[in-house]
Amino acid sequence: MEPIEQSDKPVISKQVDGFFITVYEIFGFISRFFREVLRRPFETREFIRQCFYIGNRSLPLISLTGFITGLVFTKQSRPSLAEFGATSWLPSLISIAIVRALAPLVTALICAGRVGSSIGAELASMKVTEQIDAMEVSAINPFKYLVMTRVLACTICLPLLMCYNGLIALVGAFVDIHLNEQTSMDTFIQNAFTNISFLDLAASLVKALVYGFTIGIVSCYQGFHASQGTEGVGKSANVSVVVSMFLIFIEEVIIVQLVNMIR
Amino acid sequence: MKSFIPDIDRQQTVISIRGLYKSFGSNHVLRGVDLDLHRGENIVVLGRSGTGKSVLIKVIVGLLYPDAGTVTVLGQEVPELDAHALRDLRLKVGFCFQHGALYDSMTVGENLAFPLKRNEPGMSRKERDKRIEMVLEAIGLSHTIGQMPAELSGGQRKRIGIGRTLILRPEIMLYDEPTAGLDPITCTEINDLINEVQHRFKTSSIIITHDLTCAKSTGDTIAVLKEGRFIRQGNFNDVFGSDEALIREFYEYNFIQ
Ligand SMILES: Nc1ncnc2c1ncn2[C@@H]1O[C@H](COP(=O)(O)OP(=O)(O)OP(=O)(O)O)[C@@H](O)[C@H]1O
Ligand SMILES: [Mg+2]
Repeated sequence: MEPIEQSDKPVISKQVDGFFITVYEIFGFISRFFREVLRRPFETREFIRQCFYIGNRSLPLISLTGFITGLVFTKQSRPSLAEFGATSWLPSLISIAIVRALAPLVTALICAGRVGSSIGAELASMKVTEQIDAMEVSAINPFKYLVMTRVLACTICLPLLMCYNGLIALVGAFVDIHLNEQTSMDTFIQNAFTNISFLDLAASLVKALVYGFTIGIVSCYQGFHASQGTEGVGKSANVSVVVSMFLIFIEEVIIVQLVNMIR
Repeated sequence: MKSFIPDIDRQQTVISIRGLYKSFGSNHVLRGVDLDLHRGENIVVLGRSGTGKSVLIKVIVGLLYPDAGTVTVLGQEVPELDAHALRDLRLKVGFCFQHGALYDSMTVGENLAFPLKRNEPGMSRKERDKRIEMVLEAIGLSHTIGQMPAELSGGQRKRIGIGRTLILRPEIMLYDEPTAGLDPITCTEINDLINEVQHRFKTSSIIITHDLTCAKSTGDTIAVLKEGRFIRQGNFNDVFGSDEALIREFYEYNFIQ
């Protein structure tokens, strides 16, 4: 074999080339995920450990933000409804807002910050200290052990966290409505749930699955492709969060469009 | 010098490299490397920082892909292996990283158990514990089994790294600067460990270093890497006996370090 001459010259410009290479690599990452997901060995223990971590890390924040979103959103909506004397619509208005939009988004953004950054930093530091190479050379598949488990854990945990976040937000809303309009729990529940359709719930679950997958894939990719040095660790954590959030908003727009077409 | 005569079979090469090229962009790191490692032999690769010593052994285990040349390990052409064959080959080649690369979320015991659990799933817990105990005893660190890597000293971490590699009973060992940054006494301990591994487990090794004491006490063959290829190859006296300038260069370099 003769040495191949390599040229440093970018095809278009360094940034543009870099962008397309990244997109290409992320698709490679995703396709590898689907190719290997059903193949043995299954790293069940590591998967459960990751689920526990993800839940553990985000539960306090998810509880707090859930309660506050419910409470504040109710307070902010009351004056406009009061103008028409329609405060009795508050429960159904709030519950629709929570189920359709607030719970999935709030959960996803919080997990992107909390979980995405920690996965990005963890894998990046394993990369720069050569722990990932060490797995590779001892014939352990680091993709299965590190990436698969984390991506699956994110994908499974996000819908669960979203449901929890939505319920807590409804509690927040109920507290405010109960204090101001003296609505009983029974009436609140009845009003809140009559207007929620199966499609609403299904769409939100799909959203949460997609967001979870996005956070997992993006932060694992960033960690795996961290540049050498400690600087790379911070950068991976940071970029994981920014890119996950960016993609989550784009996906939100697309999914809402699709759901509205079905509706 | 070595305390025993190693049993080298010059007829049998376990690693054979011909015309190896590797560059990163415009940085031409390896430019035509040829190397033969015989069964039972310890080759020491000397070279200044940045000459591509780590790159060379990473190509041998398939962590990096060569631009040109052939890399034959135990009769198999490494760059052409598929994932499955590469995995099987890697079980026979132990790689000790320059900085240990211990899994820092696991204890020392778990670090050693991890490769065993993945690669020998049929092994009973008792057998596994026995193997771990044996390896820890061989590297003289039995008491650290429950500690986290962060609690160990640099030298201990390197020795655990060697132990983690030994646990899969490889035929070939690749050491990346096993003694760099350690005090002379710990260096001697590691040199003795490398020799003991060669003696006890009948391994063939490539040892990367810029420490002349390490080279002298562990190497059966010394190879000097400069500007992308080996400029000298032979036993310690052949390589350094005739050329004062080369020794001076290395001694000066050792002092700068
Ligand atoms: N993954 C990589 N990407 C780009 N360049 C690399 C990569 N790995 C190594 N290099 C470059 O290859 C050259 C040789 O690196 P290498 O790590 O092999 O040096 P070394 O001989 O092991 O030095 P040291 O004694 O300091 O460990 C360096 O110039 C380095 O910048
Ligand atoms: Mg090196």
